[in-house]
Amino acid sequence: MNEQGLRDLIVGVKAGQVSRRAFVQKIVGLGLTAPLATQLLAHAGLAQTSPSTDYKPTKAGGGGTLKTLFWQGATLLNPHFAVGTKDQEGARIFYEPLAAWDPDGNMVPVLAAEIPDIENGGIGADGMSVTWKLKKGVEWHDGRPFTADDVVFNWEYASDPATAATTIGDYQDAKVEKVDPLTVRVRFEKPTPFWTRMFVGSFGMIVPKHLFENYKGAGSRDAPGNLKPVGTGPYRFVEFKPGDIVRGERNPAYHVPNRPYFDAIEMKGGGDAVSAARAVIQTGEYDFAWNMQVEDEILIRLEKAGNAKGRAEIVQSRAIEHIQLNNADPWTEVDGERSSPKTTHPLLGDPAVRQALSLLVDRASVQAHIYGRTAITTENFLNNPERFVSKNTAWEFNVDRANQLLEEAGWKRGPDGVRGKEGKKLKLVYQTSINAPRQKTQAVVKQACQKAGIDVELKSVTASVYFSSDVANPDTARKFYADIQMLTTGTPSVPDPERFMKQFVSWEIASKDNKWQGTNATRWRNEEYDKAFLAAQSELDPVKRAALFIKMNDMVVNDVAVIPVVNRRWVATMSNKLKATLSGWDNDFWNLKDWYRET
Amino acid sequence: MPQAIGGVARPSPAAETWQRFRRHKLAVASTAVLALMLVAVAFGPLLWRVPINDIDFSAHLEGPSWSHPFGTDDLGQDLLARMLYGGRISLAVGLAAMLVAIIVGTAIGAIAGMAHGSVDAALMWLTDLFLSLPPLPLLLLIIYLFRQPLKQLVGPELGTFILIVAVIGGFRWMQVARLVRAQFLSLREKEFVEAARALGMSSLRLVTRHILPNSLGPIIVAGTIDVAAAIIAESTLSFLGLGFPPDIPTWGRILFDAKDYLDIAPHWALFAGGAIFLAVLSINFIGDGLRDALDPRTSS
Amino acid sequence: MGRYLLRRSLIALPSLLGISIVLFAVLALAPGDPFGELASNPNVPPEVAAALRTKFGLDDPIMLRYLRWLSAMLHGDWGFSFVSRMDVDTLILQRLPATLLVIGSSQVLALLIALPVGVYSAVRPYSIFDQIANLLAFIGFSLPTFFTGLLFILLFSIYLDWLPFVYRTDLGVTGWHWYWEQFKQAVMPVAVLGLLQAASWTRYVRSAVLEVIRLDYVTTARAKGLPERMVVIKHVLRNALIPVVTLVALQMPALFGGAIVTEQIFRIPGIGSLLISSILANDTPVIMAVTFVFACLVILFNLTADILYGWLDPRIAYR
Repeated sequence: MNEQGLRDLIVGVKAGQVSRRAFVQKIVGLGLTAPLATQLLAHAGLAQTSPSTDYKPTKAGGGGTLKTLFWQGATLLNPHFAVGTKDQEGARIFYEPLAAWDPDGNMVPVLAAEIPDIENGGIGADGMSVTWKLKKGVEWHDGRPFTADDVVFNWEYASDPATAATTIGDYQDAKVEKVDPLTVRVRFEKPTPFWTRMFVGSFGMIVPKHLFENYKGAGSRDAPGNLKPVGTGPYRFVEFKPGDIVRGERNPAYHVPNRPYFDAIEMKGGGDAVSAARAVIQTGEYDFAWNMQVEDEILIRLEKAGNAKGRAEIVQSRAIEHIQLNNADPWTEVDGERSSPKTTHPLLGDPAVRQALSLLVDRASVQAHIYGRTAITTENFLNNPERFVSKNTAWEFNVDRANQLLEEAGWKRGPDGVRGKEGKKLKLVYQTSINAPRQKTQAVVKQACQKAGIDVELKSVTASVYFSSDVANPDTARKFYADIQMLTTGTPSVPDPERFMKQFVSWEIASKDNKWQGTNATRWRNEEYDKAFLAAQSELDPVKRAALFIKMNDMVVNDVAVIPVVNRRWVATMSNKLKATLSGWDNDFWNLKDWYRET
Repeated sequence: MPQAIGGVARPSPAAETWQRFRRHKLAVASTAVLALMLVAVAFGPLLWRVPINDIDFSAHLEGPSWSHPFGTDDLGQDLLARMLYGGRISLAVGLAAMLVAIIVGTAIGAIAGMAHGSVDAALMWLTDLFLSLPPLPLLLLIIYLFRQPLKQLVGPELGTFILIVAVIGGFRWMQVARLVRAQFLSLREKEFVEAARALGMSSLRLVTRHILPNSLGPIIVAGTIDVAAAIIAESTLSFLGLGFPPDIPTWGRILFDAKDYLDIAPHWALFAGGAIFLAVLSINFIGDGLRDALDPRTSS
Repeated sequence: MGRYLLRRSLIALPSLLGISIVLFAVLALAPGDPFGELASNPNVPPEVAAALRTKFGLDDPIMLRYLRWLSAMLHGDWGFSFVSRMDVDTLILQRLPATLLVIGSSQVLALLIALPVGVYSAVRPYSIFDQIANLLAFIGFSLPTFFTGLLFILLFSIYLDWLPFVYRTDLGVTGWHWYWEQFKQAVMPVAVLGLLQAASWTRYVRSAVLEVIRLDYVTTARAKGLPERMVVIKHVLRNALIPVVTLVALQMPALFGGAIVTEQIFRIPGIGSLLISSILANDTPVIMAVTFVFACLVILFNLTADILYGWLDPRIAYR
């Protein structure tokens, strides 16, 4: 699929031949994201359909308590300091962004009066400004009015490096100014195709100026608002014990009529995912449980039992579980650094070995027996639901062909069955984090490799260490002191591909010089890719941009920089009586106001 | 001193001990059971040649059958083969770690119990220190510092083994030390000790001949509890990525992998749990037997 | 004895200080980074993580950080959690009630089971009672708590539906109802922990009583015609209690961070789960504060045990 193909598709939607939903799914199938698809349509002038809602209750309140279970409890409630989705979800109970992403990738206005687009003049034609019109009559929980001043303040607060906000990346390189009490204009320093990074979705929650203005910059950690949130959301703050519980009560002055349905909400933290699933499906003690990283087999058995009180809810997201191949040599030290970009991997430097490895990952078994409904097989680094025929890349599991490739490249079997060439043996260390499905995947891959004459040693690292950026620790994914490693990028869902395609550009290579903070752990480099990335960063035509991303995806996969395994979907469990819509592009609580229980 | 008195030969103390042990039927039976387990894990894999990591999804979570006497796990791997293979490690780790804890603990407890105030105070400070140390950060630190060098020195398997035994044993000796010291404090004031001292017995003989044998009670109990704790601790280490690689099927690891399938496939956890239980049981009865055998006051 | 007590109390403070230095050094040297999650988040530029590290003084030399911590501690400032951005003492106080209630009750339960069962087993060794008690004890400590906890949940919560298995600190009801709900949610974790503890303690009690009961002065007491119960209580128990006192003293500090697995399984917001989540998130101020209190408790209880030895067996003289 190239640029012309994309344009043809869009024409098809305009002409009514291709439904909007089919278009989105096709784009997602090519390795892009749903929000990007809707952006493509918006750019072509195809107005958004306002999402239908099947909210039945006719008045606010009366629904009792909504009990939710998060096996990682929220540890703080300021969305600008959130580390991980658990903190974002905790904040999302009380705070709201200007707009949110629905499961189809459409932007839905929350605190904004309408979504800016070319037709209503919201988006500047030069791609350098966006104007947001705010909703009238919205109040903070303490009664003060929500105005443009609050929005401008959030930009000042988050973009100030002294505040050390985790949302800083979304608020830089722009200026936000107040036009009138209900209008703000965002001016970007350069043409920015991805203007939705500000004020939208999980990184876009707005905090009140009047409670935080005295705590900007270095004093940010002292704000009482950090622990006692005052927002515009459907529930007001009651209690917070970090890691344990967050409680809220219904906001009677909420700006959307007849909502929320529940009188109170409880977000309990701790424990593990499997028992959380049991608490929702088997005992019904809870209405909702987050992030079910549980073998599908267990979920299915729980759901099928006669007295099952709940079910699993699975939504598309863009999390790709993949195996990274190390381009540098982790077993040689150069200037006190292992996996130095100055080295080349003795075994994986041979394209035949890389091709063979990509043939040895039994994605079908991993998906069918380990992840089940919670993942789909993929060959793209971006993402690819199986049912779409037009693929630029294809996956295959073929042990014989792998054997053949290796044999032809000169890797002959030794007496112990392990292949070798010129004195080097095909022995690989394969690391990943501690997580039952991952360990099982490792076992499956190891077995296939053994049949091809590759000896694999498995290593599992505790998650908090594996994903850390600690300079002293040799087991981090960034240091990559192993031959191959497996991880997922893409959660929390980032709606635009640019952020994670960044991890293949040469200037992001993690090395001692940048304290391994660079995002390119594979140390892979390719000039074509670098050029394409730079072009995509400033390409305003979303169709051209999308085509560039597709090209980049193909490069990564065909050169076997990484081996995509499965596209993991986002799974939650909920009570059979609970009516709630989940979105893979935003937090679970993106639409908390519309949750209700059927009686 | 074995001396013929009136023509009747008295057996040596060693033979007497053995006789007393033999009289304890459960202890003898347990020794047999333990021996059987050790033989099974040592030679079993040579006889039962099903591979431990043969992944076969079509055979997944099957109960016991002729082709899989202990059933299969969720990847279709044969549980009997995995138990035999993993048993080597579990039993070795359990026994070795227990010995480390017992030997270090008894030594420190004995010295502290017998010595002067300042030595006692210093050793108790050390004990308090080890008791205060949070196991997890310390573990991460030790593994991080010593895993690579050990691997270079003695190879990956032995290196990991030494590390695990040292770490598990290193966190359990304090309890033994405190218990032994308490026994010593109390025993050293007793009459028979006074009497022995009056006879001119040296401290060392006093300890080894009189006090230590009478302190065996808590040591033996600690020993049996430590074996179980060590086998389980090894699985906790593995769960944290600090022990053996995740595909090595130690008994504790099998139990841990099986825990979410308790209501779906109980056979998976049953055999691993049962094996640990059997090992603990037999070691304990052996311990009971030993205590009775070594205690001269057991009615003959 | 008085001099010994004085000496030990005087040493307690410097020994605590010494332990705190070692603890701090271990935490500082252990791998792990409190701002680790930021690194895997593509939205956060590395400067933010670096700025945070400087703000919290994480890159300063260890001795400096230790002294800073010590002086803060002495002023009553227990530190500020990196992860939660709130004061450590508030965090700990929030968790104290649940810990004391559940973990405390389990220790009491363990003692209430271990003493009578252990004594009775020893008085009638190898009887049916003894055999069964022993068997149950072996089952008890050869199974890890994650296993027994899960078994209980499967049986009582899921299969029988008698008890809830998620512990809630805010029960939302009052009066008798509150006590009943509290009991229902606490009984399983208390049982899991208590039975595990009771299993090993029973064995120690039995062993200790067996030792003493064969001693000559017990035979003498019996020969003198004293009723069996008196013999046991007055003579046997006092001496057999020495190992029990040792064990209980060793176990008391575990209230403050020991029952990690049980707290995880039942979602009890206790200090154990605070400790483990801080360790995994590398939240050093919290870890340091909790382990420091833990160290204080260790020293305190072991000292108390030493004193009690003197009372239980008056012949023990400390030199």
